[in-house]
Amino acid sequence: MTIDVSALSEIEQDVIAEIANMGVSRAANGLRQMVGHEVLLSVPAVNVVTREAAARLVERGGSSKLVAVQQSFEGPFSGRALLIFPAAQSLELVRSIVGDEHSLEDIIDLEHEALAETGNVILNACLATIANVLRQTMRMSLPTVVRGDGDKLFGVQSDPAEGNLVLFLYIDFTVKNREIRGFIALLLDLPAVAALKVIVRDFVAGIEQQAEGHVG
Amino acid sequence: MQYRVLVVDDSKLARMVMASAFRRIRADWELIEATNATDALEAISTQAVDITLVDFNMPGTDGLELVGLIRKTHPKMPVAVVSANVQTEIISRARELNAVFIAKPLTDEALAGFLSGAALRLKNEVK
Repeated sequence: MTIDVSALSEIEQDVIAEIANMGVSRAANGLRQMVGHEVLLSVPAVNVVTREAAARLVERGGSSKLVAVQQSFEGPFSGRALLIFPAAQSLELVRSIVGDEHSLEDIIDLEHEALAETGNVILNACLATIANVLRQTMRMSLPTVVRGDGDKLFGVQSDPAEGNLVLFLYIDFTVKNREIRGFIALLLDLPAVAALKVIVRDFVAGIEQQAEGHVG
Repeated sequence: MQYRVLVVDDSKLARMVMASAFRRIRADWELIEATNATDALEAISTQAVDITLVDFNMPGTDGLELVGLIRKTHPKMPVAVVSANVQTEIISRARELNAVFIAKPLTDEALAGFLSGAALRLKNEVK
């Protein structure tokens, strides 16, 4: 395959960002319903970067102790979706979901399960929207909760066969009136990026054809 | 009656999807595009825009802030906020600004409904 995956063209970047933005915006509504407060989103950033650079980006809020819910997805392109928080805010998130009336012990007991369920709702909403827009089918794994720094989350120094460059897409979110902020991130390795480029190209051609087809 | 419609979205894809839908629904209406709030306000002040469709999540001034600015000079212009962010706060802020909320991914039905309503309102204002 001769597709250059190390760089995304302007339109590819735009299409991926816009579709991911739709996915994350839909997902934000799920989180909003769970926590009862508006969820504010940044505009999406899409880059092909090293795993190390992706790790530094999610630590940029000043905290390298992170907790993430991750789900793998498989389909025409495969990758991982992650909901990432500073570890210190994980209990605050759980508290805002289960209600302030619970004791700290209850919250700690519930933490793992509540994080997995929250991640499941949010990441599924995000990926389902992306799959629907692209008219593709994607299978999702069960959510797992991972704790550690950015390197651990993104598999830095893991199997070198996985390759080091990834397509990294992230959106910051903040829960209004609560001390909760985090990231929703999608990570695709390079073979997946090549597949995604083909899908994006066909998708754009499809939009142009739809309009022309109707006129003719 | 043909109208001039301004589409404000930082994403080229979103503008393409909108233009494609217009060619199916209202092929004879004139579409102009802006990628940010500054260019949108410039277009509205110089190009006799009848209807505006605004994305919500844009860098700099967001879509709802932009609608607030449009309302200062055009309190009655038919305006829609187009977003996948279907949180109640966003939808109710759009309504407070007298704007219609249209969910992304955009469908022809949702756009056609807004445009029919907008055309009726504009026609009644002329009378």
